[in-house]
Amino acid sequence: MASITVNGEKRTIEGDPGTPLLWYLRDVAGLTGTKFGCGAGVCGACTIHLDGVAVRSCMTTVEMADGKSVTTIEGLSADGEHAVQKAWRQVSVPQCGFCQAGQIMQAASLLAQNSAPSDEDIVESMSGNLCRCGCYQRIHEAVKLAAGGV
Amino acid sequence: MLHYIENEAKARAEKSSTQAIIENVSRRHILGGALLASGLVLAVKIAPAIAREPLKPYPTGAEGMSDKTVNDPHIFIAIDKSGDVTIVTHRSEMGTGIRTSLPMVVADEMEADWARVRLVQAEGDEPKYGNQDTDGSRSMRHFIQPMRQCGAAMRQMLEAAAAAKWGVDAKLCRAKAHTVVKLDGAGKETGDSIGFGDLAEAAMALPTPAIETLTFKTPAEFTLMRKGDTKIADLRDITVGKAIYGADVRLPGMKFAAMVRPDVLGAKIKSYDASEALKIPGVEKVVEIEGVYAVPRKFAQLGGLAVVANTTWAAMLGRDAISVDWDLGPNASYNSAEYAKEMSATAAKPGKVIRNQGDVDAAFSKAKQVFSEEYHATHLVQAAMEPLVASARIKDGKAEIWAPVQSPYGARKDVAEALKMKVEDVVVHVTLLGGGFGRKSKWDFMIEAALLSQKLGGEPVMLQWSREDDTRHSFYHTTSVERIEMAADDAGKVIGWRHRTVAPSIVSTFAPDSGYQFPIEYGMGFVDVPFDVPNLRCENGEAKTHTRIGWYRSVSNIPRAFAVQSAVCEMAHKLGRDPKDFLLEMIGPDRKIDLKAGGFPEDFWNYGEPYEQFPIDTVRLKNVVRLAAEKAGWGKTLPERQGLGIAAHRAFASYVASVVHVAVDADGTVRVPEVVTAVDCGFYVNPERIRSQIEGAAVMGMSNALYSGITFKDGAVEQSNFSDYPIATMRNYPKKVTTVIVEPQDPSWHTGGVGEPGVPPFAPALANAIFAATGKRVRNLPIGEKVS
Repeated sequence: MASITVNGEKRTIEGDPGTPLLWYLRDVAGLTGTKFGCGAGVCGACTIHLDGVAVRSCMTTVEMADGKSVTTIEGLSADGEHAVQKAWRQVSVPQCGFCQAGQIMQAASLLAQNSAPSDEDIVESMSGNLCRCGCYQRIHEAVKLAAGGV
Repeated sequence: MLHYIENEAKARAEKSSTQAIIENVSRRHILGGALLASGLVLAVKIAPAIAREPLKPYPTGAEGMSDKTVNDPHIFIAIDKSGDVTIVTHRSEMGTGIRTSLPMVVADEMEADWARVRLVQAEGDEPKYGNQDTDGSRSMRHFIQPMRQCGAAMRQMLEAAAAAKWGVDAKLCRAKAHTVVKLDGAGKETGDSIGFGDLAEAAMALPTPAIETLTFKTPAEFTLMRKGDTKIADLRDITVGKAIYGADVRLPGMKFAAMVRPDVLGAKIKSYDASEALKIPGVEKVVEIEGVYAVPRKFAQLGGLAVVANTTWAAMLGRDAISVDWDLGPNASYNSAEYAKEMSATAAKPGKVIRNQGDVDAAFSKAKQVFSEEYHATHLVQAAMEPLVASARIKDGKAEIWAPVQSPYGARKDVAEALKMKVEDVVVHVTLLGGGFGRKSKWDFMIEAALLSQKLGGEPVMLQWSREDDTRHSFYHTTSVERIEMAADDAGKVIGWRHRTVAPSIVSTFAPDSGYQFPIEYGMGFVDVPFDVPNLRCENGEAKTHTRIGWYRSVSNIPRAFAVQSAVCEMAHKLGRDPKDFLLEMIGPDRKIDLKAGGFPEDFWNYGEPYEQFPIDTVRLKNVVRLAAEKAGWGKTLPERQGLGIAAHRAFASYVASVVHVAVDADGTVRVPEVVTAVDCGFYVNPERIRSQIEGAAVMGMSNALYSGITFKDGAVEQSNFSDYPIATMRNYPKKVTTVIVEPQDPSWHTGGVGEPGVPPFAPALANAIFAATGKRVRNLPIGEKVS
C-alpha cells in the first residue's frame, strides 16, 4: 500500500507496488492526459512531476512515489493557464498533440528550476521528449516564450 | 504575385534585401501588373484575376474514390436557435490540422463566426459523408469543393430564410458575420439584420439549393481561408490533457488487453504455456485469436494470444510471461543484408520496361560521359507517438469500435466481415490520432480488438499495442534499390536516362505477389520524372515480399526523390555545373509534360487525379526551385565543412523544393542549422498548418535520412523501440525551417496535397549538402548521424 498525493488529492493505492505510475494514473485514477508512448523511458510522452520535478511515469513505480506528490497535465494549473500552456497555444505548437502533455510537463519542470534557460539548457532538458510530428522548432520557441512571460 | 509566408514573426523583421525586393515587385503587380524587375529570376507570369475570381468547379480524383464526395449542408451543418453552428468533420485528425481546416472552409463560405462553431467527428459512414480515407494527402484536395458547396448552400438558405421573414427578394439579403443583413436597391446595408440563431429553424427546413445556383466568395471576401490566424480546434484540450486519443476511451466495465503476435509473418502457434501469465494479479484470461494465413492478407489480424486483465500493466506483464513455440513458416529466411545484395544484383540487369521514350540504348552507346550509381534505403516503420490501440464492445447485436483510425469506413466493413456481422450493425467511432503516417489506415488492430470482444461475449475491452508491437508488426515502408544511369553528350547535355527500381511492393498486401510494383508505386517519382531528356527508360526489377509492405508518409516518393535528386546533383558535379542550374536545365523548357510523347504507361497514376486538371507543370516545379534557392541565398559563401544542397519533387499534385544547409561538426556529426522549403500546393487554405506540416516534414525527413531504419533477421524485425529505432530529437533537428508558400498564379492551380509532399526533397537535399560540405557522397539511407 502506498500513499500518494495526485494533483493535490491524497490517494491510497493498493495492489502491486511495482506498477508504473503511468498505468495507475491512466487505468485506475482515470487521468488519461498522461500518455503511453514507449514504456521504456525513452520518449517522454508520460512525463509527470514527482514533487515538482519531471519524471517518466512509465519508469516510476507506485512504490517510488510513496509519500510524494504527483502532478499530471490535468493538475498543472487549475485553469489551464500555466505560462507553458499559454505559450504552447500562442505558438500553436501541437500537430497531432499526443506527446504534448509530456512536453509541457517537461518544460514546466525546467522553468520551475531555471527561470531563464539558455538555448542549450532548453535542448538539454527537452531532448528526451520525442515528437514524431516534428514540432521541435515551435517547442523551443514556446519554452523561451514561457520563460519570458506570456 | 508571390506571397511569402515566414515561419516566425521575428524573421519578418530580419528580411534580406532580396526578399524585400520580391515583395515590392509583388506589390507593383497588384497595383499595375508591372514587368518583373531584372535580376530576379521568377518564371511565373502574373495572373491577378485569381485573387478576384470565385470558385469554378473542376473535376478531381474524388470521383474515383469509394463513396466519392457529399456536399449536402443538411449532412454537414446544423445551426441551433442560439446561433451555435455545428459542423461535422468527417476526415481523421492525425496532426495535419484537417479537423480544423475543412470546417474553416465551410464556416468561411457560410459567413459563420468561427468562435461559434462546434465540431462533431463523424463516425465511419461513407455513404453518408463521402470518402473518409484520410490518406494520400487528399483531404483538402478532394473536399475543398464539396465543403465550399456546403457552406455556400447554407449561406443561400440563411439568406432565403431572411428574405421570407422580411418579405423581400433574396437578392437583398446578404449573410455577413453570423447574421443576414438587409440591403437596399442600391446594394447598401439598410441597418436591418437577423442573427443566424433566429434564422436557424427556417433555414434548416429549406431544401438544399441546386448546385448550379450556388455563388462562391472571392478570395478577397474570405474571413478564415488563407488567413493563417485560426488556431487548431483541439489546441486547448491538447494543452490541458483533455483531448481524447485512442487509449483515452473509457467504457463501463472495460478490460485491458495486450497480445503476443508472431515475429515472423505467417508464423503459427504450435503450442503455448500461459500458466505463469494467469498467476499475475489482475490477469483474468488468455484468449487465442486466430490469424489469417492465406495470402493476400490485406489488413487481417496476425493472430496470437491476448491477455485480458484489469489494467494495461497487468495485461503487459501477463503477455511477457507467456511462452510460445512457433511454426515459423517460409518467411523466416528474410534477412535484410542479403536481400539488399539481391536487389542490387537485380538492379544491375534489365527489368520490365514501364516507361520508354526515344532510344536509350543508342543514347548510352554514343555518350561522351556515363553516370551510374545506385541508392539504397531500408524499411521504415511509421512510429507514431501513439502506439496502435482499439476498444470494442458488442451489445444487443451491435458492435462498436473506438479507434484512432485514418479510414473508419474501410475498417467498419472489414471488422463487420471478421465478426460475421452486417456493416449496419457495426459502428466505428474515430478518436484523435496520435500521429498516423499511413499505419493507422491499416485496421488489423481494430479487427483484433473486435474479435477479442466477441470472444469475451461482447465485453468491452481495450487492446493496447506496446511500442515494441508497433515497431515489429507494422506494414513497413518498402526497402529499395534505385539505380540511376545517365548518358551525356559532348556538350554536357544529358541525352539518356535509365532508372531501375527494385523494391518489394505494397501490392503484395492486396494481391498475390508478382514481384513487381504497380502503377501507384510507379507514379511516385519514377515514371513521372519531369526531365527534358530525349531518351528515357524506367524499368522495374523483380523483388519478392517477405513481410507486410504498406505505406508511410510520402511512400515511394522518399526513395525515388532521394535517388533522382542525388543523381542529378552528382551529375552536375561530374559535368562541372552548379547543381541548382543543372537541375533547372534537366527540368527543361516551360511545359506541361505530354504523357503520350513521353512514352508514359497507359495506366499512368497521377495521384488519382485527372491529368488535364493536375498536369506535371515544369513552370511550377522550376518556380519552387528558384524560390527556395533565392530565399536560402544559394551560392553564398559558407564556412568550411558547411554546405547547401537542393532538391525538388512533385508529389500528391504539389510541388516542393528544399534547400538544406548542413554544418558538419569536427566529429562528423551532421547538423542542419536551416532549411528553406518552397511549397506550391495550388489554391491553399490554411497557411499556418501548411507551415507546421513543412516544419514537421523536415524533421521526419531528417529521421528518415540520418537515423531510422528497420532491418530483418531470420524473418523478424531487429528493432524494438526508440532506443534502436531512433528519430530526430531536440538535440539534433533542422533548427530553423522557413516555409515559402507559393501564391497560386492561375485558377488552374488546383489545391494539392500538403501532408506528405514536404518529406521527399529533404533527404536528397541533405545528402547533396553533405557533399557540398565534405565531398562525401552518401547513397544509403539511413546515413547515420556522423559522416567521416
